[in-house]
Amino acid sequence: MAKDKKMKKDNSQQVSTPPLGIRIVLREIVKDKAALTAFCIVIAILLFCFVGSLFLNKSQVTEINIAESYYAWGENGHIFGTDEGGRDILKLLIMGGRNSIMIGISVTLISMVVGLIVGIFAGYYGGIIDSIIMRIVDFIQIMPNFPILIVLATVIPNYNAYTLVGMISIFGWTSSARYYRSFVLAQRGREYVMASKTSGSSDLQIMFREVLPNISSMIIIDLVLGIAGNIGVETGLSFIGYGLPITTPSLGTLIGYANDPVNVTTRPWLWMPAAILLLIISLSINYVGRALQKAADARQREN
Amino acid sequence: MWKTVLRRLLIMIPQLIVLSIIVFILAKMMPGDPFTGLINPNTDPKEIARLRQAAGLNDPIWVQYFRWVGNLFHGDLGTSYVQHVSVTSLIADRAVNTFWLSLLTVVITYALAIPMGITAGRREGHWQGTLIQIFNYITFAIPGFVVYILGIWLFGYTLGWFPISGSVSGSASGFFPVIWSRFYHMLLPAILAAVISTTGTVQYLRIGILDNRVEDYVRTARSKGVPEKVVFNKHILRNSLLPIAAFFGNTITGLLSGSVIIETVFNYPGMGQLFMDSISQRDYTTLTALILLYGILTLIGNLLSDIIMSIVDPRIRIQ
Repeated sequence: MAKDKKMKKDNSQQVSTPPLGIRIVLREIVKDKAALTAFCIVIAILLFCFVGSLFLNKSQVTEINIAESYYAWGENGHIFGTDEGGRDILKLLIMGGRNSIMIGISVTLISMVVGLIVGIFAGYYGGIIDSIIMRIVDFIQIMPNFPILIVLATVIPNYNAYTLVGMISIFGWTSSARYYRSFVLAQRGREYVMASKTSGSSDLQIMFREVLPNISSMIIIDLVLGIAGNIGVETGLSFIGYGLPITTPSLGTLIGYANDPVNVTTRPWLWMPAAILLLIISLSINYVGRALQKAADARQREN
Repeated sequence: MWKTVLRRLLIMIPQLIVLSIIVFILAKMMPGDPFTGLINPNTDPKEIARLRQAAGLNDPIWVQYFRWVGNLFHGDLGTSYVQHVSVTSLIADRAVNTFWLSLLTVVITYALAIPMGITAGRREGHWQGTLIQIFNYITFAIPGFVVYILGIWLFGYTLGWFPISGSVSGSASGFFPVIWSRFYHMLLPAILAAVISTTGTVQYLRIGILDNRVEDYVRTARSKGVPEKVVFNKHILRNSLLPIAAFFGNTITGLLSGSVIIETVFNYPGMGQLFMDSISQRDYTTLTALILLYGILTLIGNLLSDIIMSIVDPRIRIQ
């Protein structure tokens, strides 16, 4: 009995100290110079949007002043000009960038938590539980999410940023669940899981105390790539007018000015800065995600 | 083989039932009913109430659901609130346009993706491989609508190489000029959509080639003296193409979901544009029919993908 206890202790010391997710992130990013650049760009954009919006007053930014409408680049102190309602595009860009990133992060966090719990349960228990869960996941994944999101946006009463986050998450969690399930499936036959089971740990303990730390770097990758993807979904919806309400600036709404043939050619300042900012955000966040994925893959091969 | 197809069809039945329930719930959440469009100041509210009663709108919800499903089997999708014509004919006109645009997009996607995937797999580590990897990463990262907007701005408005809206120009007459005009109008949206959707295919093909070329059967073929070209085309490539068949269903779903945005940007009169018009005009019967159609088409796309998969790879046939 005493021997058993000792063995368990040794075992847990050996397996349950994987490097913390955040430390891996920093170490891998510093190694890869291109990824480091991308990471710095992400930080710079976050600072630009979040610190910038601290100095802005929402009602002042969205206030309409017809006298100032359609100033071009640099006219009258407006670096990126103004829109139809005389609102400064640079300020809208900062607020819109912040809103779009915030929604991307919120949707990703919700999807990650739900997907992680569902994925761990499906992967750990397998069998009939796994089949039922994966059928549901399959079904939601093949649904044409974009048209359904647009319809939901029109039928939901009191539509706002929070309902938008909830709606996108309904579809978002499925890919996370599938992703985590595959890793848990690979882990559940491992010796450390068996050892923990033999020594009497409950299923919940094994799932969240033993398996979870071992897939922590996967969680970071899912988060980073998920944020980029979900920013794309939100801006896409706002772009065609069914995302954030008009009163809340979004990068998508700004790019949506390009849906008007007159604006596309004669007033590029309305949509071009937002399009370029979104381009840079998507490219840099995805690059960081890819670099992390490569690092994680390489490490898995070593094992 | 046929058993597999049959079993796969049986799986689709519960999916269709769930889909119809979801669409029905969405439809019930939409305000208005078939008589909303008929109301004018002279209408007697009692008359409307009588019509509603006659149409069964006061029946229990499940009775309404089964009646709706029954009508679907007769091809009756209802009458548009706004345009007062049958929804079936309204959608049929637009579906043709979307079908051709999607077909052209799929053709261009594979025409671009398969050579790129093969090159990326064969020239891994060389500059060609690296270049395709970079291109692949960019198309994966950028949201589609940004590409469409920048594309229409550059190639449509600024350079003037392509038409910027519609599906055919008014001045075209005669059979071949009209066909050419239609093709020309679809070309830019199809190319841009294709560029965006190459990502998955290129990646699967590249990884397939990299994985397969170190397999034992390839070494056996080489040591038997099979020419390098035959080894690649017959052994490596054929096996690497398998996952692409599986990805085909995904491509269809992506195109359908994407048609809403691409048809809005290019003002192309297809199903996606009809969908957006129905939303803004609150034409809920058309809207319901369109969501149902989108759902059924994606289910069929998935079915096709599984059937193709079981034809090309006998290993996965369900026992």
